[in-house]
Amino acid sequence: MFIVACMTKELMNNPDERGHFGQYGGRYVAETLMPLILSVEKAYNEAKADPAFWAKFDDLAKNYIGRPSPLYYAEKTTKHLGGAKIYFKREELNHTGAHKINHCIGQVLLAMRMGKTRIIAETGAGQHGVATATVCALFDIPCTIFMGAKDVERQSPNVFRMKLLGAEVKPVTAGSASLKDAMNEAMRDWVSNVDDTYYLIGTVGGPHPFPMMVRDFQSIIGKELREQIMEREGRLPDSLIACIGGGSNAIGLFHPFLNDTSVNMIGVEAAGHGVDTDKHAASLNGGRAGILHGMQTYFLQNDDGQIQEAHSISAGLDYPGIGPEHAWLFDTKRVDYVSITDNEALEAFQTCAKLEGIIPALESAHAYAHILKISGNLPKNHIMVLNLSGRGDKDIFTVADKLGVKL
Amino acid sequence: MTRIKKTFEDLKQSGKTALVTFTMLGDPDLKNSLKILKSLPESGADIIEIGMPFTDPVADGLTIQLAGGRALNAGANMHHTIDMVRKFRKTNDHTPIILMGYANPIFVYGYEKFAQDASDAGVDGLIIVDLPPEEDADLREYTKKYNIDIIRLITPTTDEKRLAKILDGASGFLYYVSITGVTGAAKADKNALKPHIDMIKSHTTLPIAIGFGIKTPDDALKMSSLGDGIVVGSVIVEKVKDTGNGNIEPVLSLVKSLSNVLK
Repeated sequence: MFIVACMTKELMNNPDERGHFGQYGGRYVAETLMPLILSVEKAYNEAKADPAFWAKFDDLAKNYIGRPSPLYYAEKTTKHLGGAKIYFKREELNHTGAHKINHCIGQVLLAMRMGKTRIIAETGAGQHGVATATVCALFDIPCTIFMGAKDVERQSPNVFRMKLLGAEVKPVTAGSASLKDAMNEAMRDWVSNVDDTYYLIGTVGGPHPFPMMVRDFQSIIGKELREQIMEREGRLPDSLIACIGGGSNAIGLFHPFLNDTSVNMIGVEAAGHGVDTDKHAASLNGGRAGILHGMQTYFLQNDDGQIQEAHSISAGLDYPGIGPEHAWLFDTKRVDYVSITDNEALEAFQTCAKLEGIIPALESAHAYAHILKISGNLPKNHIMVLNLSGRGDKDIFTVADKLGVKL
Repeated sequence: MTRIKKTFEDLKQSGKTALVTFTMLGDPDLKNSLKILKSLPESGADIIEIGMPFTDPVADGLTIQLAGGRALNAGANMHHTIDMVRKFRKTNDHTPIILMGYANPIFVYGYEKFAQDASDAGVDGLIIVDLPPEEDADLREYTKKYNIDIIRLITPTTDEKRLAKILDGASGFLYYVSITGVTGAAKADKNALKPHIDMIKSHTTLPIAIGFGIKTPDDALKMSSLGDGIVVGSVIVEKVKDTGNGNIEPVLSLVKSLSNVLK
């Protein structure tokens, strides 16, 4: 028990002052960016201690995002599977349709506090791009969104949304023309515009302090859940489950419970065509430690340290790395990381729609798919909470295409 | 005395500025890449920087991104890098060789093994773009052991306080990134740089090489009065691109024209 207590205390205290989660995290950026990264860290530490900053955040969370997001008892799924009692944390009901808006509000407030007058961001599925464009419209800040040319094509509704919100969308054709390349291009832009620009990173990745800061803003999910489940069930859940690309929705759900050793946590990576093939996005289960995008963490790569392309049916999970805190939670085994294939996610996408009347994002469908796999074998008094991180309207074209339906 | 130190001291005595050339290993292919490397010193390169190709070069502009892509397509990897330096050293023991690149391929190779192999092959220094002083202690432990200089980057965003951190552990020379941007981007304004470089000189005796955005002999000449060396990359790489047929003359004549103005 003593060892467990020490370990969890250590887990909650991460990162250290240099931004390390064990060997992971850190600040692996070009020297030009170092002063800027240090100033973001300083500004965030000051904001974190300023009640006025959080008052603004809370007000927007409540009245603009629509928080707290409901905790919904998924009775039909529960009965269908005949095992654990399943709840959905309904992040898909947030303004803009996903959890991404939580850290966008936090970061845009920070950018303004720092006197920055231009915002850049990368996006994969377009959810983070839409959320960034939204807060930039709200606060009248010009913004440029970098998006892999491949994603621009497969997520065209979100591209249109971003433009409607006033953002400039720059398709990135370099490299594999997907999320990692969009992030490369955003970093190149930042290094060229250090004076006026804030890089609003869309996940718990990048150099310190971004993994910590985005986690802190997303932790609102787990904090709300804690209150809601105590009110509904009078006790903590037995397990938490969330999909993982970079890992922002998962860490937001998990982090407030890391000290609660009775709470089991499961992160679901995208297995694409299978983790044993060369077409997947499971950086923990199919990658190794490396350095990219300002951080040390697990990446899909070859023996020469060249980064490999990720593959997932879900653009939001299509990234060859993962947030450094997840790498640490993986190594320490505090969180269990599993994977779900494209086909399993596609199946779960339809099951959730039919059973619950909720079309989940393909990302969240990965987590739902894992519930379909394991819940039946769990006792009826096992309480399991799924982070339903986004809604699936953006994915209907991809899914229709896979099902052979012409829209 | 190290090759780097000797090169800068010799040039200083004769009142010259060092020409530092950058080419990507394996660009346009392994064979011609080695041919170019071997010919650079006789064309006037005083120090040779070799880029280690990487899939995700976040600090590089399009020209060098594409060069890395060509090299990777040609099959270049980290073992070729070491091997090519070894081959170069068979006929040249005086021109310093600096490997420049990103942390991940070295991290995956293993910091100690890489430092040892690079040193054995005849590498003199390393510039790792995404390994700032905050993160390079692990690597420096081994580069120190195997006598390889870690060349630190200084940028227009470096203030006096930050400079102290950069100088602590720097060796060989300092690489002054003259613009806030990626490689091959806009030209720097010499007059704006001077006070900043003077400030740096007041804190260190290490030679300073100025790079990023130097494109013509005229640029090189203008910047030469500010530092001890001039780094030219993207414009050379543009010429390397078309040497797949074995005709490397356009690369060498560009290097000669740059060298001539510095002599």
